[in-house]
Amino acid sequence: MIFPFPGKPKEVKFILGNEACVEAAIAAGCRFFAGYPITPSTEIAEGMAKALPRIGGTFIQMEDEIASLGAVIGASICGLKALTATSGPGFSLKQEHIGYAALTEIPCVIVNVMRGGPSTGLPTLPAQGDVMQARWGTHGDHPAIVLSPSSVKEYYELTIKAFNLSEKFRTPVILLPDEVIAHTREKLEIPENIKIVDRKKPPANVDKKNYRPYAVSRDDEVPVIPNFGEGFRFNITGLIHDDSGFPSNAPEITQSTLMRLHKKIAAGYGEIKGIEVDLPRGAEVAVLSYGASFRSAAQAAKDAQVGLVKLTTLFPFPDKEVKELAQKVKTIIVVEMNLGQLIGEVERAAGGLAKIAGVNIANGLLITPDVIREKIRACQKKT
Amino acid sequence: MATLKELVLRESPITGGHRACAGCGFPQIIRIVLMAAKDPVVVIAATGCLEVTTTIYPYSAWNVPFLHNAFENAAATASGVEAAYEALLRKGKLKGKINVVAFGGDGGTYDIGFQSLSGAMERGHNLLYVCYNNEGYMNTGVQRSGATPRGASTTTEPAGKVRQGKVRPRKDLTAIMAAHDLPYVAQASVGYYMDLLKKAEKAFSIEGPKFLNVLQPCRLGWPYKPELTFELGRLAVQTAIWPLYEVENGKWKLTMKPREKKPITEFMKHQDRFRHLFRPGNEELLADLQTEVDRNWQTLLEKCLPAGQAGGEGGSK
Repeated sequence: MIFPFPGKPKEVKFILGNEACVEAAIAAGCRFFAGYPITPSTEIAEGMAKALPRIGGTFIQMEDEIASLGAVIGASICGLKALTATSGPGFSLKQEHIGYAALTEIPCVIVNVMRGGPSTGLPTLPAQGDVMQARWGTHGDHPAIVLSPSSVKEYYELTIKAFNLSEKFRTPVILLPDEVIAHTREKLEIPENIKIVDRKKPPANVDKKNYRPYAVSRDDEVPVIPNFGEGFRFNITGLIHDDSGFPSNAPEITQSTLMRLHKKIAAGYGEIKGIEVDLPRGAEVAVLSYGASFRSAAQAAKDAQVGLVKLTTLFPFPDKEVKELAQKVKTIIVVEMNLGQLIGEVERAAGGLAKIAGVNIANGLLITPDVIREKIRACQKKT
Repeated sequence: MATLKELVLRESPITGGHRACAGCGFPQIIRIVLMAAKDPVVVIAATGCLEVTTTIYPYSAWNVPFLHNAFENAAATASGVEAAYEALLRKGKLKGKINVVAFGGDGGTYDIGFQSLSGAMERGHNLLYVCYNNEGYMNTGVQRSGATPRGASTTTEPAGKVRQGKVRPRKDLTAIMAAHDLPYVAQASVGYYMDLLKKAEKAFSIEGPKFLNVLQPCRLGWPYKPELTFELGRLAVQTAIWPLYEVENGKWKLTMKPREKKPITEFMKHQDRFRHLFRPGNEELLADLQTEVDRNWQTLLEKCLPAGQAGGEGGSK
């Protein structure tokens, strides 16, 4: 199991969310950061600029966000665990490379600190409006792993989880904190024993000249792709490719390549998932949320003594778990700082087994427990 | 050319009361450049201090139409505005001259906006692009940019035990724009407002793509005492760190030659971003920076020589 961590805390800190992300990235083995300053993510770049050179890592400030993820992909294929961090407008620019990393199966972690959008939007205020962009922002049928923390501690843990999943499944992992979590200062107990996952390497005795980097024996397998500089001769391209890495537009190869990208994630769902369900006996209403909104949802659910569901992994979406929940309660209230994004997934997964209601506010302010309590009361009256 | 007395009587395109820092240089750049226009202007701005501090709801400091687009897009949006304006003129739906002016900081000009700037200039849109250049990403809290000079400390290239601020020299964007073979490219500084006015007036009188690179001391990012903005703008020129020149149809011309070229330390000593350079052990680096400025100055002087004299002895004049 990758997560959670066993053992006692090594160190206790009072720390900013974005600083916790830096600490976690270093602990996870990240040795490369390329980025571009943007509020409210800049503390990550500044932190990495200070931390990486001290431990032999590399920090590069690039000329824009496209270039930042480009450099991260380049560093990753050379074997370094690599990170970039941005916010809304920069995340839009990164979309091209997210698809590229997904198809070429190059591990990387992208932090997108969500601020108000669209466009330049609200640079200093929180939102959760990039959820579906994180899932579907880049074109084509790509898989996605998207994680979202609701506290500084979770921000730390999920950063490590993001690197581990990225290395294990050779896919870009998107971490979606919001501005509140990024700029909240909280107590953080740094764990003693952190489980770190490193990418697999080809066995020592293989033919390096004719190595087929994307060769797999199962249709849900993660390929073992060597790093540049290890003596292998192979091709990487953003075109659909066969197991040699060279372009192909054969229909069966196209279909099987795309299917495998999805199946490898589905096969690893047990490790990837992040959902906590707390359902008091007899509860007819459950509140589901993530990120900073979850904190208000938790308070409201506690006051009203209803069910509470926290998602830390937004995608792949917990279809099965949400369906089970829908079988147990009459209403699921989805709380998010947007005009209704993850609620669509909840509706789909619930499949009509429960009523779905939303608390959706995108005014740049944190949703307060009062608003959620009111919604709970209204739903309880109806049921 | 308008005199200062005439200038103050004109309506200012940008009012006071905006939220730029005390001692900020860019409001002067905007005011002087736009007051040089005889015809109406429309302003397109990239993300940056200028946009953030002059357009805070429910207020605007602008007396002219103002469009803000994302960080990398000022020149691209200005291209569209200019092309549409030309089309409307052709069809007779608009009459009279309108000046399209784009403003971007050095981040939005040297780095992320460079592609759209280069494209707009190469396509030849009839617009004036003004870079208010404070040599760093000051709006997001002082990160390095392509315009940050060598040796300057920023949050992403800080001075410490191993490195003494930025390792590489800044890119010479004015020369790069001149290499686009534009009708008018010029370098100006906040401290020399009449020089800037003259250059802006000239730019507005010329058809085609124009580029102005204006050095703007930043009291937040360079940090210095706010009353020194003007002084630093002048010292940058007097030390030849930021020479004033223009390139008109490929002809380079110095517009201000310092009577006596001052050592670069005269400019640097007021600013915290260079403070580490004055610590023991950095004498060599400081001397090297001086050599670099001297060499660039010499190269510029040679470019600015009257035709036929360039490439002569190569010595100092």
